[in-house]
Amino acid sequence: MTTASEKPGPAPVPTLRVAVWRGGAEGGRYQAFDVPRLPSQTVLDVVTHIQRHLDPTLSYRFACRVGMCGSCAMMVNGAPRWTCRTHVDNVAADAALELAPLANLPVVKDLVADMGEFFEKWARAQGHFKGAATRAEPFAVVDPATAARREADAGIECIGCGVCYAACDIVAWNRDYLGPAALNRAWTLVNDVRDTAREERLEAVAGDAGCHSCHTLMSCTEHCPKKLSPTRAISGLKRATWSLAIAAVEEA
Amino acid sequence: MKTRGHTAYWAFVVHRVSGVALALFLPAHFWLLGSALQGEAALDAQLRWTEQPLVIAGEWILVMLLSAHLAGGLRLLALELLPWRNWQKTLATLGAAFALIAGLAFALAR
Amino acid sequence: MSRRREVMLWTAQRATAVVLAVCVVVHLVTIIYAVRGGLTAAEILARTRGSIAWGTFYSVFVIAAAVHGAIGLRTVAAEWLGIRGDVAEVGMSLAGLLLTIVGLRAVAAVVA
Repeated sequence: MTTASEKPGPAPVPTLRVAVWRGGAEGGRYQAFDVPRLPSQTVLDVVTHIQRHLDPTLSYRFACRVGMCGSCAMMVNGAPRWTCRTHVDNVAADAALELAPLANLPVVKDLVADMGEFFEKWARAQGHFKGAATRAEPFAVVDPATAARREADAGIECIGCGVCYAACDIVAWNRDYLGPAALNRAWTLVNDVRDTAREERLEAVAGDAGCHSCHTLMSCTEHCPKKLSPTRAISGLKRATWSLAIAAVEEA
Repeated sequence: MKTRGHTAYWAFVVHRVSGVALALFLPAHFWLLGSALQGEAALDAQLRWTEQPLVIAGEWILVMLLSAHLAGGLRLLALELLPWRNWQKTLATLGAAFALIAGLAFALAR
Repeated sequence: MSRRREVMLWTAQRATAVVLAVCVVVHLVTIIYAVRGGLTAAEILARTRGSIAWGTFYSVFVIAAAVHGAIGLRTVAAEWLGIRGDVAEVGMSLAGLLLTIVGLRAVAAVVA
């Protein structure tokens, strides 16, 4: 029979050093927490542990926890990611994590960013469908195999999480730039044969605030958790707006 | 920010930096050539000045920058004017290769 | 600046890019050929003096480069230096003008 002093105890749980940005619109600083590191742990698990056991005043967003809603997007070690879909093992090589609110957006509090301008730009890019049919008419028949529909389908899975917006350098350098998500959405609608607002939409996405400011850095495409390619959509918009370019030359 | 390590990002940086460098170099290039207005001897004097090792190294860098900017530009024209292709990384690598070849050819000729 | 004008600038930059692509290839080949065994004014001028072909080529090259460079510098000034608006537009026009004048002067110098 072994005594208590001889019995081998459980192995000590390794710790993760987490620097979390705390503050608001006026500014803030990083605060350090030590979090137990567990197998198959996601960054969302880490943030939740901090808020539940270490500091209940920490503000952060999440909803579905399973990579469907995009609410949990934030900067993890400098890159915009979904925390629920980011395994700690993949990002914390030296047992350290740095968490900050999504870049290029105003901060509400701590890890919560204000998504207002993101959606406002979506509206400015005419990112909404405008149809002419009524309920009295039969269903529109759109062949999924057509080139236009395939282009649209390549981009419609966007859930507006803001990761691409946070990754884009042009958004950081040009406050008016509509951004990858808004332009991607506009492109899906430009390719929708049922839509009737093509001209207005092309006007809305052209110019220095629109597709013509994209320099194909492709940070959006690199980081999109749904593997979309806003760069591809924006290239399409550049081609689609040729008609505007020709009109401008004729006007000049 | 860790959003900047990928190929397309470096393609952008090279293209922009080379473009700015070339734009700043051009006036000097034009001015030197303009010295021919004072006759052949004046131009020759300027050309002698460019025989210094530092200037020759600078010229080599400029040829590389010009080739890189051309290659990057062709890649952009392909991306923006032609239907989308998924192999842009290949385009960027081809561009880099072309720039190196042009630089090498210049270095050998010089 | 109106959106249409912004699109026009973008288009002008791409159009001059195509022209420059041709000019630069010719220029690179010429440089590599000419630079062998050293470069002298006599060699350069023997090629360019009185040549309508070279005169036309370099004039087109200069103007395309001036337009392309000025528009490019405008973008860099806006994105990296935060310079926008009338100041930027005037700056861009001045840059283009400067490059054109000094460039065409150089063309005249070697062709006339």
